[in-house]
Amino acid sequence: MNIFELANPKRFMRFSAALLPWFWAIAILCLGAGLFIGLFRVPPDYQQGQTVKIMFIHVPAAWVGMMAYASMAVASLFGLVNRHPLADAAAKAAAPLGAVFTALALITGSLWGKPMWGAYWVWDARLTSFLILFFLYLGYMALWTAIEDETRAARACAILALVGAVNLPIIKYSVDWWNTLHQGESIFVKGGPLIAPVFLWPLFLMAFGYTFLFLALWMVRIRTEILARRARTLQLRMGTA
Amino acid sequence: MSGFRALLYRDLRLATRAGGGAALALAFFAAVAVLVPLGIGADLKLLGRIAGGVLWVAAILAALLSLDRLFQADYEDGSLDQIALAPMTLETSAAAKIVAHWLTTGLPLTILSPLLALLFDLPVAGYVPLLVSLAIGTPAVSAIGAIGAGLTISIRRGGLILPLLVLPLLSPVVIFGAGVVSAALSGLDNGAIWLLSAFSLAAVCLAPFAAAAAVRLNLAG
Repeated sequence: MNIFELANPKRFMRFSAALLPWFWAIAILCLGAGLFIGLFRVPPDYQQGQTVKIMFIHVPAAWVGMMAYASMAVASLFGLVNRHPLADAAAKAAAPLGAVFTALALITGSLWGKPMWGAYWVWDARLTSFLILFFLYLGYMALWTAIEDETRAARACAILALVGAVNLPIIKYSVDWWNTLHQGESIFVKGGPLIAPVFLWPLFLMAFGYTFLFLALWMVRIRTEILARRARTLQLRMGTA
Repeated sequence: MSGFRALLYRDLRLATRAGGGAALALAFFAAVAVLVPLGIGADLKLLGRIAGGVLWVAAILAALLSLDRLFQADYEDGSLDQIALAPMTLETSAAAKIVAHWLTTGLPLTILSPLLALLFDLPVAGYVPLLVSLAIGTPAVSAIGAIGAGLTISIRRGGLILPLLVLPLLSPVVIFGAGVVSAALSGLDNGAIWLLSAFSLAAVCLAPFAAAAAVRLNLAG
């Protein structure tokens, strides 16, 4: 099946209604199993102790936080080029999810940082670039709410998302560069000891679970957006009739 | 090219005459720079060390101050429609507006910066790098800011949302710009000047296209 056939909202509604239960099931199973193994079966790390288990919540959240931006940028590109409302809805729906996952990564990161680095916030390169990513999400959402006209807002936000996508690698690089400039040594050893398989398994499970959680939530939000639009057109039609 | 020049001169005249606000950005720049020592104390050694970063941040804030009116004033009185109808591409017009904005904010800020650096007791080795980094980096601020200005044209309180859109995108400029000054002070060559130049060049080349696209979508509706 061609992916563009899904651009038809009706077809998308049918397709997503069929997929959604599966996505939820995979997300719940993976997250449940990952959390159980990660929290109760994995031994404490020889250096980090129990705090290593924050990693299972933190790392996948960071991955999905970045993935959400990529999804948003791709949807924006389709929205801008193909001028399709469904792509606009998809981009709009991805932003708050990405912001929440990014915030989760930031919060769990700083909770992990307190026992490890001795402070809730360290101007570590990764933390800093994630904070900037979070602000990019905030700006994107603020622009959506600020422009009243729906299609105009969609196009403006698409341009912003694409400019952000072009700039993000540069921001990441500059923050890394800045970080090495300002703090020569870091407690965080780069490319440190390889992760033992005992940690790797639950991490993969969690990453899988987070990804499907994102996909499920994204679908729900797109469906809600479509339904809200239908409701609005109905309302307008009733109002004028 | 004559259209480019005409628009450039027009924007320069508008910015420098009464109510244009070019001088206000300079005053704002100085006021922010004066507030910093009041906030963190008068330790000249510390001030000298952070002067580069503080002045860079103040310069970006000052440049943002006049950015929200870059297209909006023309949008409101209808002259933006005239500009869009003119026999030149909207990208050219956006470029002209970016250049005009830089000439009326970035350039004066750069020229004023050594005077403020004096108040911060910036070590002598830092003056030329500060001037050079501001001269190279502020065009990128005007260029990327123009994208934000184009996106927020139709928003009545666009000036409030513009910094949120633009500041995260400008983080590389602050990092590399302040990096040029700190490299000179520490006597190390960290290559910041080249990275800043590359970023600025890319921003100035690409931003007119994004800004024009943003303006166009606001005119289309």
